[in-house]
Amino acid sequence: MATVARSAERAEPRGTERQDLWWLEPLSIVAALGIFGVYTFLVSTANSAYFADPYLSPMYSPCLSSTCPPSERLFPFTIDFMSLSPAYFIVGLPLAFRITCYYYRRSVYRAFFSSPAACAVPDLRRRYTGETRFPFVLQNVHRYVLYTALVIIAVLWIDAIKAFSFPVTSAVSGSAGDHAARHFGIGLGTVIMVGNTLLLSFYTLGCHALRHIVGGSVDSFHRASIRFRLWSAVTQLNLHHPRWAWLSMFSVGLTDAYIRMVAAGWIADPRILF
Amino acid sequence: MTSEYHFRVWRGDVSGGAFQEYRVPEEEGLVVLDVIHRIQQTQQPDLACRWNCKAGKCGSCSAEINGHPSLMCMTRMDEFKEGETVTVQPLQTFPVIKDLVTDVSFNYEVAKTIPAFKPKPREADGTRRMYQEDVDRVQEFRKCIECFLCQDVCHVIRDHEDNKKSFAGPRFFARLAELEMHPLDTNDRVALIKQKHGLGFCNITMCCSEVCPEHIHITDNAIIPLKERVVSEFYDPLAWVKRRLGL
Repeated sequence: MATVARSAERAEPRGTERQDLWWLEPLSIVAALGIFGVYTFLVSTANSAYFADPYLSPMYSPCLSSTCPPSERLFPFTIDFMSLSPAYFIVGLPLAFRITCYYYRRSVYRAFFSSPAACAVPDLRRRYTGETRFPFVLQNVHRYVLYTALVIIAVLWIDAIKAFSFPVTSAVSGSAGDHAARHFGIGLGTVIMVGNTLLLSFYTLGCHALRHIVGGSVDSFHRASIRFRLWSAVTQLNLHHPRWAWLSMFSVGLTDAYIRMVAAGWIADPRILF
Repeated sequence: MTSEYHFRVWRGDVSGGAFQEYRVPEEEGLVVLDVIHRIQQTQQPDLACRWNCKAGKCGSCSAEINGHPSLMCMTRMDEFKEGETVTVQPLQTFPVIKDLVTDVSFNYEVAKTIPAFKPKPREADGTRRMYQEDVDRVQEFRKCIECFLCQDVCHVIRDHEDNKKSFAGPRFFARLAELEMHPLDTNDRVALIKQKHGLGFCNITMCCSEVCPEHIHITDNAIIPLKERVVSEFYDPLAWVKRRLGL
């Protein structure tokens, strides 16, 4: 029978007595984030088929490419830095928000750093300093990337509202029509875009940093009733933060894929025009 | 033929030890602590284990069951599959004294380093008032039974012994959060939380919340709010300007 040291100076490395499938969660996270990462890189590099009037892919919103249709430009400038796709810059901000998100930190440290891979499973790193040193100390910028994420959410809501306004000719020929004459309507793409923006809003507005900013920083809620209400609302969303994190990530990919397929003419967008 | 539970229990002391196997006749309604007591009564009278209330409220019978930090009194035998071997070992983060009993005095030493509650002066009518919404937020942390399962599962000290001198651990972040968020407390512990209690070592793996038998949201409601307070104090230039302007 093996002898196992239990003193303060324990034998290293130790194993785990866990008999369940503890490795399944980190493996699933690696697979999910890996697939999403590769997909995001590919569609960001493509710099095409991101707009199917009136649908704009969330990965290219706000539309900052010089190839953007004038109606989709919210800002008076474009990003065409060294011929790189503007999606690299647009996706960068939500990516920074997710990388520094407290929930994703849990998942990433577990899955990619095995620090630890699962609870009560040995940490693979011999020396551990957590988030006290570079580069992980940079995780403390989370509230700043939250501010940019809130701006992007506002832009995505504008896109979602625009997705109710269809070009006149599009119902007949499928081509972009005269922007002066448009019909109110609802297409499958509209539903997908609204759903995606809702999920992203739930995720962003349930952020732990936002919870602190709106009210968590005060010690007496009684003396700050509005902040208490805001804190309570954010807390309700925060309770399901992991769920919103995953659902919104997948919905961004699915929304982009749908718009891409419509733009490429692979599928027709079912819609009702009023 | 009577069915039996198959147990592997760690036996030993500070100099070393090993798992020993035991078979105990099955009975309905048992928890792991009952089976450990059966082993004591019928096979190994010198098997050491710490226990008290047998109701999940004293926090004494913490151990690792099939590798999961758990209370032995709250782990029912019908949670295991028929014929499954149940492995019971002492908490891994603390030095063993004997068998399933560990020396958790590290926690008491950390507790001494936390500045105590320092209340505001009384109001004109001689009272100190606290309102329900403020009570609700800090009440959660008062549920802690000090079983130290969260301390045990935290990899910062579980796998890195060196960090014990600079990291307080989740149980004490819950205590610090309770004090920091208390509307009547006047002590400011934010700098201490960063520098002495090593909050930055926590990488939010949330294992402390997963093992808490009282279901305290240690990470979401204590550690992350404290991290955000540390960010405001040390990493946020806007918050710094706001403080300087007295806003």
